[in-house]
Formats: sequence, C-alpha cells, structure tokens
Amino acid sequence: MKLSARAFKYGDDINTDYIISGKYKFKSTDMEAMAVHAMEELDADYYAKVKPEGGFLVAGTNFGMGSSREQAPLVLIHSNTKAILAKSFARIFFRNAINTGLPVVECDTDLIDDGDALEVDLEAGVVRNLTKGTEIPFPPLPPVMATLLADGGLVEHFKKHGGFAL
Amino acid sequence: MTDGRGKTTAEKIFSAHSGTDAVAGDIVVADVDFVMGQDGTSPLAIRALERMGVDKVFDPAKVAVVMDHSSPSPIEGVSALHTIMRDFGKRTGAKVYDVGCGVCHQLIPEQGHVVPGDLMVGCDSHTCTYGAVNVFSTGVGSTDGAAAMAAGKLWFKVPETMRFTLNGELPAGVFSKDIILHIAGMIGADGATYMAMEFDGPVIDALSVDARMTISNMAIEVGAKAGLMRADAKTLAWYEGRGSRTPAPVDPDADATYAVAHTLDLSALSPQVAKPHAVDNVSPIAEVEGTPIQQGFVGTCTNGRLEDLGIAAGILAGRKVHPDVRFIVAPASKQILLDAMAAGYIQTLVEAGAAVVTPGCGPCVGTHNGVPSDGENVISTANRNFKGRMGNSNAFVYLGSPATVAASVIEGRITDPRKYFTGGAL
Repeated sequence: MKLSARAFKYGDDINTDYIISGKYKFKSTDMEAMAVHAMEELDADYYAKVKPEGGFLVAGTNFGMGSSREQAPLVLIHSNTKAILAKSFARIFFRNAINTGLPVVECDTDLIDDGDALEVDLEAGVVRNLTKGTEIPFPPLPPVMATLLADGGLVEHFKKHGGFAL
Repeated sequence: MTDGRGKTTAEKIFSAHSGTDAVAGDIVVADVDFVMGQDGTSPLAIRALERMGVDKVFDPAKVAVVMDHSSPSPIEGVSALHTIMRDFGKRTGAKVYDVGCGVCHQLIPEQGHVVPGDLMVGCDSHTCTYGAVNVFSTGVGSTDGAAAMAAGKLWFKVPETMRFTLNGELPAGVFSKDIILHIAGMIGADGATYMAMEFDGPVIDALSVDARMTISNMAIEVGAKAGLMRADAKTLAWYEGRGSRTPAPVDPDADATYAVAHTLDLSALSPQVAKPHAVDNVSPIAEVEGTPIQQGFVGTCTNGRLEDLGIAAGILAGRKVHPDVRFIVAPASKQILLDAMAAGYIQTLVEAGAAVVTPGCGPCVGTHNGVPSDGENVISTANRNFKGRMGNSNAFVYLGSPATVAASVIEGRITDPRKYFTGGAL
C-alpha cells in the first residue's frame, strides 16, 4: 500500500490527552463529531488543515503516550490522517492504531519538515520525501501486526476468521 | 528454559498462559484470566464486539465493566454510555460495577477478580496497578479488550524487563508515591517503553499492599507494560477472604535475564513533586515549596486507598483547610469509604474542610467533580498532570503524595509534609 500526503509535524511525548481530551471522549461514541477536536491541545487547526486533503502526522519520540483511549487513533483516522510517522511510539497507542487500521511508521523523522510532500510505501518499508528528494527506510511490521493491518484492523480480522488466526 | 537461562516474572507468566517456552521478544497468543473496561472505553469495546458479530463473552465470570471515570453521570451523553454498559451486563452476564462502586483498579483486586500469577488485560492504561499483587496486568485499547472478551485470549509481545532493587529505609514523611515520581524523573516518560518493570528490595518489602499499588499504578507513566512485584506473606494475607481462585505466586528466577537493572538507596529520598505539564518533570519538594494552590485532591487509582486517606486524615486532624483552597477527596471504592468512615478518617477530613465525592475517579480525568479555573494551581495525588487533564487547559497540575497534598491544603501553598512526621510518627 502506498500513501501520499503532506507532513504535519509536531514534537516529542505527544500524549493521548492532547490527541483527544478526556473532556470530549466521554461525550459520545460518534468519532466523526469528536474528530474536530483532534490534536486541539497542540494545534487547534489540526482538523481544518488535515481533513480536506489528508495528511501524515509526523512526530518525535514516544508518540501516543498515556491513556489507553482508542478514541485517539479513531479521531486521527476521522480527521483524514493517513498514517503516523514517529521516531518511537508508546505501546498501547501502537496496538490501538494497528487494531483500528491506522498505519504507524517508526522512522527517523528528523529528515522530514512540516509541509514536506511524502509518499509512504508500507510494503517496501520506505518513506519517500518528494520535497527533499530523499528516502527514509523503516523496518517492516512484525508479521502478526502486518496481518492485522492488512485485514483492515482487528474487528475485520475477527469477522474474516471467526477469531484469532495469527 | 531451552537456552538454559533463568526467566523473569513476565516470561514465566506468559509461558504458563501460552503453553510455550516464552522469552522476551516472542509473540504469543495467551489465555487471559480476566478482562475489564471502564466507562470511557467499554462502550467502544461493546460496539467492537457487535461489529465482530459476537453476542456473548468467553466467560461472564471473567469480564467486568466499571462506571468510574464519569460517574454519577454529569451529562446526557455519559448517561447513554452507562446505559450501553448496563445493557451489555444484562445481555452477557458480565459483572457491572455501577455508579458509586469505585475505581476499576481498586475493585478488580479488592473484589478478588485476579490473584497472584494471573494474566489479565483492562481497557485502561493504569491496569498495570495489579502488578503489585503479582498479576501481569496491562492496559489495552477497546478493540483488544473486545477480542479478549470474545476469545478469552490475546496476542502479546513478551516484554524485556527493567529491574529496580530499592534498598535502604524510607525517611518519615516520604511515601511510595515519592519513590515512583523519583523514578519517573530519573528515567523519563519513555524510560521503560515496551518493557515490564520488576520492583524488589527491602523498601518494597516494608511497604503495605496499598502503598505498593501506587508504584505499580504509575509504571505506565514511564511507558512500561507492567509493574511487577513478588507475592509475599503480606500479599497472601491481603488475599485472605478474597479471590475465587487460589493464588499461584510467580517469582523470577535468580538468574533471570534483565535488559536493565537499577539499584537505588532511598534512605535520603525527599518528598517529590511532578510539575506541570509532564509526569517526568519531577523535582524535590524544596524546589516548588511555597507555590500557591487553589485546589487539592486526594484520591484516584494511584492514591485513593485506605492508607492514603489515613495519612491525609492524620495530618488534617484538628486543623483546617486554608480558606482559599478547595479540598476534594474521592475514596477509591465503596469499601474504602466504609472502612474510612469506621476508622474516623472521613469525619476528620470533612471537619477539616474536605468535600468528599462519590467513590470513583473524582476530578482526575476532567469530566466532573472539580474542574479547576483558568490560571489555577492544583496539587493532586493522581498519576497524570498533562495540560488539560483535569478539564481546563489553562490550569496547572502538580502531583505529590497524600501527605504532600494534605500539608499543602492547610497552608494554601505547596508544603513539605515532613514537619508533621517529626519523631517518625504523626
């Protein structure tokens, strides 16, 4: 799968409270409505900027630290975020992203600036920075996670196989 | 032990639950002994089950949903989420802990749903709390929780382990909260990412089960998957009268392989405070002493237990909360509220000026029970102080022990509690 979009770049240690605040996540299970608040704590315009044409959320280390809320990857998906590129991820967010079908790429994001045009090739394990004309390799997902992502997330995996088929 | 090396607690528990010879780095599908969700996460898990086409749980006695984060409901949207959870309980037979029962991370061990040696997952990041009673418990998202509720199993990467051996003797007025804040400051918010932590040594041995839970609770704040301790005589005594199953404690092998091993002497540790807006932004209390506060909070899955309420009551007995400070207390469970009433703690706290709210998460998550105003400072026993965490992005949250909070609400500014412990007692 190849994905193309612009980079929207943020910093280290972005926690799930910043991705979607607790004060919103308890209001409903309507992720489309909740998505307008995605990343609000760091960038109030995130939804307005990313939703129309899609984008890659690019960050530093420990992206998605904190709470287990699955609303975090869901509001990013519903704000048209195509994938997250970060130097490292917090464990629970990483699983939640795979389970909900949001690609996560662990790579050297120092080589990406805000606004760069990127192409992410998940099978080849390479991020092509079209603005800079450079390539950033990344290790492929372990087979279990690649299977879940290829099936479209854990719910679709269960529907397809009637349970775990890993 | 095909490679002849000893195993960590995590490797042993995953081996036993997956029927494999599991070592760090392996990916295993393992049986879980219990699955839990709370009101911020269960509704999504229930929806995921519906989308999977699953209409029952693998074992109704091994699944619980808890209304604690926003409970009693402050708005109609939350009321609807609670209704989804109650209906799920009726439909599947899963246990429902309704309004007023308490925080999930107190209830799951307190009500005996897990015992030493178990493997369990919960749809809440602080599920790592029960590592203190030798349970490999870890937080997962709602879809993982749904899969575990449906299948009674889940896939896991067996983690490497970071060991902390804690030597010495804690000074009077210094508590387990100060230890874990100190460690968070030392290794940082991603210091143990993807790893299990194991805590041992004379300092852990000397702590009560309540106090140990404070440390394991905050393992996630350094990115860890679990915060494990041995089950000793105190643990087993704590389990007398609870638990539907017999504890099967798991000790690490003496020659277990650790990714990292830290040895700390805590005999000179001072009270620690995490400053806004990060849990690893920690300093000794001397650096923040005197900072004015407008709200204090004792409660949460970190520090809402009987011992915590007792420490706060001990300091506040015969004293008054500063007139410019709101002081909120949320017992972690109904049983703790009852025990604290029997011990006289609640009487003492209310007479001092505390507002006692429903057992549950209280104002920790910013949904109800005490959202601070713009520009205000809060001193709290919770585990997170991210910007906006308590519902207002323009407020500032400091984290400390129940003693630090109690001492601070008396003076209206962050205060070193050790002066109340001269001579080693209150």
